[in-house]
Formats: sequence, structure tokens, C-alpha cells
Amino acid sequence: MESWTWMTVVVLLGLTVRWTVSLNSYSGAGKPPMFGDYEAQRHWQEITLNLPVKQWYFNSSDNNLQYWGLDYPPLTAYHSLLCAYVAKFINPDWVALHTSRGYESQAHKLFMRTTVLAADLLIYIPAVLLYCYSLKEISPKRKIASALCILLYPGLILIDYGHFQYNSVSLGFALWGVLGVSCDWDLLGSLAFCLALNYKQMELYHSLPFFCFLLGKCFKKGLRGKGSALFIRIACTVVASFLLCWLPFLTEREHALQVVRRLFPVDRGLFEDKVANIWCSLNVFLKIKDILPRHIQIAISFCFTFLSLLPACIKLTVQPSAKGFRFTLVSCALSFFLFSFQVHEKSILLVSLPVCLVLTEIPFMSTWFLLVSTFSMLPLLLKDQLLLPSVVTVMAFLIACSTFFPMFENTSEEQLQLKSFAVSVRRHLPGFTFLPRIIQCLFLSSVITMILLTILSVTLDPPQKLPDLFSVLICFVSCVNFVFFLVYFNIVIMWDSKNGRNRKKID
Amino acid sequence: MNGWRAPQELAQAQISPLCLGDYGDRARGLNAGALSSQRPSSWRMRTAHGHRLYSPYPHAQRPGSDGTPGMAAFGLAAGSGHWFSALALGVTLLKCLLIPTYHSTDFEVHRNWLAITHNLPISQWYYEATSEWTLDYPPFFAWFEYALSHIAKYFDQEMLDIHNLNYYSSRTLLFQRFSVILTDALFVYAVHECCKCIDGKRTGKDLTEKPKFVLSVLLLWNFGLLIVDHIHFQYNGFLSGLLLLSIARLFQKRHIEGAFLFAVLLHFKHIYLYVAPAYGIYLLRSYCFTASKPDGSVRWDSFSIVRVTALALIVFLVSALSLGPFLALNQLPQVFSRLFPFKRGLCHAYWAPNFWALYSALDKALCVTGLELKLLDPSQIPRASMTSGLVQQSQHTVLPSVSPSATLICTLIAILPSVFCLWFKPQGPRGFLRCLVLCALSSFMFGWHVHEKAILLAILPMSLLAVEKAGDATIFLILTTTGHYSLFPLLFTAPELPIKILLMSLFTVYSISSLRTLFRKEKPLFNWMETLYLLGLGPLEVCCEFLFPFTSWKLKYPFIPLLLTSVYCAVGITYAWIRLYASVLTGCLVSKTKKH
Repeated sequence: MESWTWMTVVVLLGLTVRWTVSLNSYSGAGKPPMFGDYEAQRHWQEITLNLPVKQWYFNSSDNNLQYWGLDYPPLTAYHSLLCAYVAKFINPDWVALHTSRGYESQAHKLFMRTTVLAADLLIYIPAVLLYCYSLKEISPKRKIASALCILLYPGLILIDYGHFQYNSVSLGFALWGVLGVSCDWDLLGSLAFCLALNYKQMELYHSLPFFCFLLGKCFKKGLRGKGSALFIRIACTVVASFLLCWLPFLTEREHALQVVRRLFPVDRGLFEDKVANIWCSLNVFLKIKDILPRHIQIAISFCFTFLSLLPACIKLTVQPSAKGFRFTLVSCALSFFLFSFQVHEKSILLVSLPVCLVLTEIPFMSTWFLLVSTFSMLPLLLKDQLLLPSVVTVMAFLIACSTFFPMFENTSEEQLQLKSFAVSVRRHLPGFTFLPRIIQCLFLSSVITMILLTILSVTLDPPQKLPDLFSVLICFVSCVNFVFFLVYFNIVIMWDSKNGRNRKKID
Repeated sequence: MNGWRAPQELAQAQISPLCLGDYGDRARGLNAGALSSQRPSSWRMRTAHGHRLYSPYPHAQRPGSDGTPGMAAFGLAAGSGHWFSALALGVTLLKCLLIPTYHSTDFEVHRNWLAITHNLPISQWYYEATSEWTLDYPPFFAWFEYALSHIAKYFDQEMLDIHNLNYYSSRTLLFQRFSVILTDALFVYAVHECCKCIDGKRTGKDLTEKPKFVLSVLLLWNFGLLIVDHIHFQYNGFLSGLLLLSIARLFQKRHIEGAFLFAVLLHFKHIYLYVAPAYGIYLLRSYCFTASKPDGSVRWDSFSIVRVTALALIVFLVSALSLGPFLALNQLPQVFSRLFPFKRGLCHAYWAPNFWALYSALDKALCVTGLELKLLDPSQIPRASMTSGLVQQSQHTVLPSVSPSATLICTLIAILPSVFCLWFKPQGPRGFLRCLVLCALSSFMFGWHVHEKAILLAILPMSLLAVEKAGDATIFLILTTTGHYSLFPLLFTAPELPIKILLMSLFTVYSISSLRTLFRKEKPLFNWMETLYLLGLGPLEVCCEFLFPFTSWKLKYPFIPLLLTSVYCAVGITYAWIRLYASVLTGCLVSKTKKH
């Protein structure tokens, strides 16, 4: 069979899984008065359709910001407006001001799910396919296999089609950005990334690697000649696209400031609910939230984030390469997730996307990470009654990955990209040959813990004194895993070029 | 599992004990058994030359040794059968994802049967009529429901109450859905066995281009089974599994077992009576008569009394086990009246795409033109229209109305030539399979009150033929694509619309392109007319489900989409039926003249 028919089959399979998951419940279904993210998205359609642009981000009698006020950048609002026009065409009740609050019906659910599928089909899926086609040095079959695995990644499917969000839009734009930048269409790439950034401010997690990679490229071309020209062109593209997105809000200074305040709600605290990052895990032993004043919390989280991503970013600026860029995307996003201020559990998807991109390079570690990332959202998924689709999609993903990228055969030092690290350790510790073995053991114990915790939290009721016992445990375990991955990815990044240099020497 | 070695194969093993050396890949070993009569000379030659002793197929490499990058990339080379379990598990997971989808009244039918068999003594199973969905499957199926009900009580006791009509709970849903998914294990096993039976000589370099792989996908991921069993709700999976398993056993020369499985299957669901002639004639001709004359006609003196007694005993014992209790209770007439309800109409509410759909459409067209041209008197036209949507007896207006006995005669006439072929020119298990498909298709074409789901009876066995011969592949593709499309009206709810379109395109794209790859060295599978016809299904779907609901005809002529679908598909299925018949009859005649 030709590769395009296989690609068609893969896309159809991905779409089928997406749609079947979307038949399940969504967040806050039938739970007044606040409902959930589903209602938030519907509410934004209502607001953007019925109110003038000036009032979207301001509190008023028609726009109670306490009730799912708009807190995403303008592009999200425009997208809501677009959906709202379609909704109004089908049934005006869905988006009527005030009266539509908490509207739920089968037809409306169908409509909302369709909007997600449409966005996914237009933005994310083409980006994935194009990315897989653009991969170099691998066979066509492997490209198809990686497309299937990326499209079957359960975390994104469950959050977008189960819980209900439009992550595929921002992640899709970011992926277009990665594609553009790695194929040397820097302007298109930065435009796509600006769109991503203007869709969800969380895309800032990816911004530093983009910045460093483009800066590195400019340096490489020489600051005197082509480099600075490129830099100026990129800067103009970025500024222009931002201006375009923010145009309606730039008429007054106060207006723009209000939007920014809505985007970065500093007063919501160091973290919310249960999230698998350092602060929430530390909270088990040390109530940082209560001990330290807020501005110190911000300073600490900023410092930690900055320090943890500094080495990888410097490295990328000095030696820009497409591969290094992908790995730096992973490690930066992970640093942000682990250390930054006000992180949501769903933000792990921002780490998962670049991990999907390195699936063909380090299949074993990527699969492992993607499993942990889905597991870390388990409390959320359980709350949305998505247990069955979660288990099924995770198993499907695991089967796909282990069929196409045999897991345990790929754990040699070479395939873990740890060869040069191991070599340099062996200079001091000659007996250091057990790395693959350790990693296999860690993998097994991690998987067993995840399975056990899943079974426990599904079957047992937590003790009355500790109602959040299982979700805290899940976050803690995931956090430990993520810290390990942060270390791993930083090692891979830092030892990468030495490997290259050694190869050159051998050549 | 280990007792599968056929006598013939053992005989071969004695020729060269070396070939027993590699039974890791059982499939190939078995292929050798099934095909030994065709290829012994080349095989022996190879062993004599001493290379590739482990494999009866000289050019079929051992799985895992295929060094092509594609294979290695797919990782399927890791071990034989690994890809098969991935395919089976994958489709099982898809089935689990389909749990929350729409389910039809068949869900309530089976819930009611659970309640009936759980609460009542056997003597009342076929009398109970609280619900309108009375028990109308043979006794083995009733026993199957009885067994299920004893697991069901741990899920939700409420669903086992006979008077709890239309009862629904999420636990009931889970139980019923999982009972279908789990019993499908038999189907998976049957597919695994079938894959061993097909001709493996057409091996591509790539695993995904091997007939075995293609066949497993075509069967395991069959669109019709997926939507009928796992969305609409029925238990066709394990029943088809029994049928395929019995076919596989006949391929493997384990006739007694095959006959036993088919007898059991008949007592699970009597719709399989349609293909019983093929079984009867094949077993009589190729099993009970142990030899043929050189010209292929039967040698009457080779009749084996032992074999015929064994077969008769098997069938008798199975029937006794199933119907015996009801015979003892003197209830057989009641059981049969439930099993064969001739009170229903010629066509189902939605016409199955068969000959009668064309017939009724012609009648309708004649009626309309007659009225337009004032050749007919409006007052004489009976009110009951064929498409009113109720299961009832209805009459034709212009053409003569059709009685059950007429359809029976038509069906018998349609089946006869294929059966004659099987008797006068037996061509081994493949000839039998062809005849079986023809029986299924013919009865689908002319049967009384045929349901569109019955097309699966022909599609599934046809898959086995499709991967072996280009001509059969063409017929198979036309048959499956139109047959599957004709199942669309089963799912009419909006949330299932994308699922059916996506799954159908998935299966169609895969089946067409994989079979084209398999037979790429032969002439193209479709001519321009067939291509045009198949492509026409797309616009038809758009018209019926996307455009028609917005037109003013929706209220006036609500039946038009169904009528169009049914007639359009009937054309394709009739065409496939005629082509298959033509290929079988020419095969029969040509070999006859050759012999002369």
C-alpha cells in the first residue's frame, strides 16, 4: 500500500477515536451552579457574541467575571465569537445573553464537540502529518507509525474531547511554529507561534526555546550581515502579528492592561487544585502558600524556573540545531510546569507535545513520559467520569507504541541518547555500565505504581480524614517522575554536542 | 490447540521428518497440510536440495528474519503472531470505546431474554409473551442467555425482572456491551484459524502486504460486525466466529469437527440454515465419498458408511441436545412457530437491498407512472405502502404480490446451480466456500423478510476468497462496500453519524488499497463502470443525510432516502451476486469441457 493510503487510515483511526471519546461526559455536566470548562467555553461564546469588544474583559452587569470570565488572550475570544455565530445560526438559545447560562442539551453537546473536531482537523492534525512527513532519516513506514502514535496520544484526546477544551488549537499552532522554524521558514514559524501565544498564554512555556533557537540562528549567520536582517524581519513579524491580534484592545492603555491582568491572575496563588509540580508536592510537607508572602512566592518560583531552564537555553543559543530545539522545548516546558507560578494540571499537555515530537528519537522514554503525563491528570479525568475512555485510550496508545517501537529492545545507552553521558561518567567511575538496567527497573516500578494507584483510587474510598489522599499521591508520584525526566532531558541536551564532536573526531 | 495436525500433514511429515523442526510458525505448517496435494513436488525438491528445510515455503521467510527496513520499522517482526494480537487488541479497545453509543431495541430484546431464561422454567421459555420481544432464537441461544444471566445478576438484579420492560441502567449497559465484546474472543480465535488456511504463496516482502495480514484486518476490523454488534447491539461476533471456525476446520480436513460446529451454530441462530445446503452437499460429496473418478465425477463404490454414520450421529446428538427437552415437553410446534414467523412482511421496514427491493421499487415506479398517465384507478390502489415503516404484510400495486412460498421457491432455484456445481465438480474446500457464499447471497437476494444485517453472512466468508484471487477480490469489494453502506440506516442518530462515516471510510479505504496492493501485478480490480458506481455512494450519502433533511420533501416523502439507499445498494449486490455466480459456473463448465 502506498504511504498516503496508510496516512489516510491513520487519520481516520485518530478521528474515530476522538469522536468516540467525545460521546462521553464533559466537565461539569449537570453540576450547577458553576458547571465546568464546557460551560466556560459556551459562556465565552455568549459574551463575545452579545457584548462589544470593549467589554469582553471588564466586569459589568452583563459580564460577571466571577462566573467564568474570559481569561485567555484575544485569539481565543475571536474563536469563541466565530463559534458563537455558527451557534446562533443553529439555535439562538445556545448563546442568548443571561438566559443561556448553564445551557445543556444533547444537540448543544454535539455542536460543541463538532467545533473541537473541526479545529483539530484544521490545525492540529495537518501539522502532525506534515511534521511526520518532514522527519528525516527514517523510513516511510516509521513516519506513518509515529503519526499514528502522536495522533493517539491519550492526554490531548481526553482533555479536548472528554473534559472539553481547545488545546489542539494552541498546540497545533505551536506545532506549525516548530515545523516552520525547523524547516527554515522562520517568519512563518514565528507567525504561527505568535498565534499560539495569542490563543493561550500558557504557550509562554515554549517561548524561550523559540526565542533562543531563532536568536542562535541569527548569531550563526553573523550579526553584521544576514543575521541582523533576519533578526529584524522576525521581530517585525512578531510585533505585527501581536498588534493584529490585540488591535481592538490597544485604543486605551487601561484596556490593554486589564486584558493582561486577566491573563496573569497573580492573586490566584502559587498553584490551584492538585497539580503534579514541585510546589504542590512540597505542600504535603511544608505549607509554602501560608508561610511565605505572595511576592516572595512569585520571586522564588521565578528564580527556580529561570535557573532550571537556563543551561538548556544557553546551549541552544550557542549551538542552534533542530534536534536540540525539540529537546529544549521539552525541558523548558517541563521546567515551567514544575516550578512556575499558577500551574494547571492540564498544562502538562504543553510538555507532552514536544515529547511527541521526539518519539522517533527516544521511543522508550517518550512513551514512558506520555503515559505518566496522562496518569498525572487522572484525578481530573475521574471527576469528569472519563475512567473507561481513559483506560481504553491509554491501552491503545501503549499497544500502538510498543508495536511500532518495540519498547524493551530500545533501552541501550545509544538509543536512550545517553552514550556520551555514560562515557564521560565512566572516566571517573569505570564500572558505570548498568544505566539501561536502572532505567528499565525505574520504568517497571513507575508503571506498577501508576497501575496500583489507578486501581486504588478507582476502587477504594479515601479515609474521611484525608479526602484528597489519592489525588495527592497521584500528583506526588507524577511529580517525582517529572523531576526524573527533567534531569534526563537536561543530560541529553547538555551531552548532545560532545557526542557530535566525538563523531566528527572519529570521522 | 495441539491436536490440530491433520493426518495428511503427518503423512507429509513422514516424507521428511525435518519439516517438523520448525513448528513455531504453525500457520505455515498448516498451510502445507492444506495445500500439500498441490505442491508436493516442489516441496520435496527443496528438501532434497537441502536449503530452507525448516519452511515448506521456499520463498516465505521466517517471521523475524525479514530484514527489510519497513518490516523492522513496524516492529511486527518481533515474533510471529505479535501483529495479530495487536490487531485483535486494537479492535477490542475500539469496541470498548463504542460502549456509550446508541443501541437499538435489540438491546431490550436481549435483556428480556436474559430475564425470561433466568426466571422461568424451560417449559415456558417459548410461551412467555409479556414483552413484545419474545424469544425467537433456537434453544442453544436461550441457554447462552441463561448462562449470561447468572453473571448478569452480579451486575444488576433489576435487569432480570421480566416485567421491568425497557429497563436501563449504566451497569446493565456495561454488562451487555462487555458480554458482546468478551464473546467475540471466539471470533478472534476463528480468524486466527482462518488465517492459517489461506494460500500463503502470494507473500509480499512486507508483512502488511501478506494475505494473512490483510485477511485478519478484513475480518477483525469488519465494519459491518462493528456497527451491528457494538453499536446497534447483537451477538453476531461469536456466531460468525463459530461459522468461520467450522469453515477453517473443513479446510484443515477435520470434517467431523466442522460439521459439529456448524450443527451447534444452527441451534444458536437458525438464519444459518441458508448455508446448510453447502455444508450438506460438501460433506456428502467430499467426505462421505472418499474418491472420485478421474474425470471428477463421483465414484459410487467409494461411499463410506462409517463416515456418514459419524456425521449423522453428530448432527442427531446436537439436535437432540437442543430440541430434545422441547420434544419431551411436546412443545416443538410452538418453538417452530416462534422461530419462523411468516406473519411479517416481504420486506423489512427498511428494504434490504435485494431482488425484492428492486421488485418493489419497480412496482412503485409503475404505480406512480400509471397514476400520472391515468392508466390506474386511484380508488383501487391499496393503502398499505411498502415504505410506511411498519413491519406488516403489504401488497404490491401493479406487479403480482409475493407470497412466502414464492420466495422460498425462488431461493431454492437460486441456490440449486451452485449446489449442483459443488456436487458434480468438487473443487475442495475453496469450491465449498464459494458455494457457501453463493447460498448466503442467493437467500439474501430472494429470502422472505430478509434483514439488511444478513449480508454479513456472505461478506465474512467471502473475505477468505478475496485475498486469494483477484477476480474474487473485485466481487468482494463491490459486495462489502455496498453491503456495508446499506447498513447505514441502522444508525440514524446524529452522534453516530460521524462514527459510521469514519469507520466505513476506514474499512473501505483499507480494503480497496490493500487488495489492490495484493493483486497489483494483475489487471486493475475495477473497470470504469464499477469505479463510478462505488464513487456514487459518496454523493448518495451526502444527498440522503446532509441535503435531504433540509428540503421540503422531508415531510411529504420521508421514505425517499431509504428507498434510494436500498435500490442503489440492491443494484451493486445483485451485480456482485451475478458475477460470483458467473465465475463459479464458468469454472465448473470450463473444467468439465477440459476433461472431455
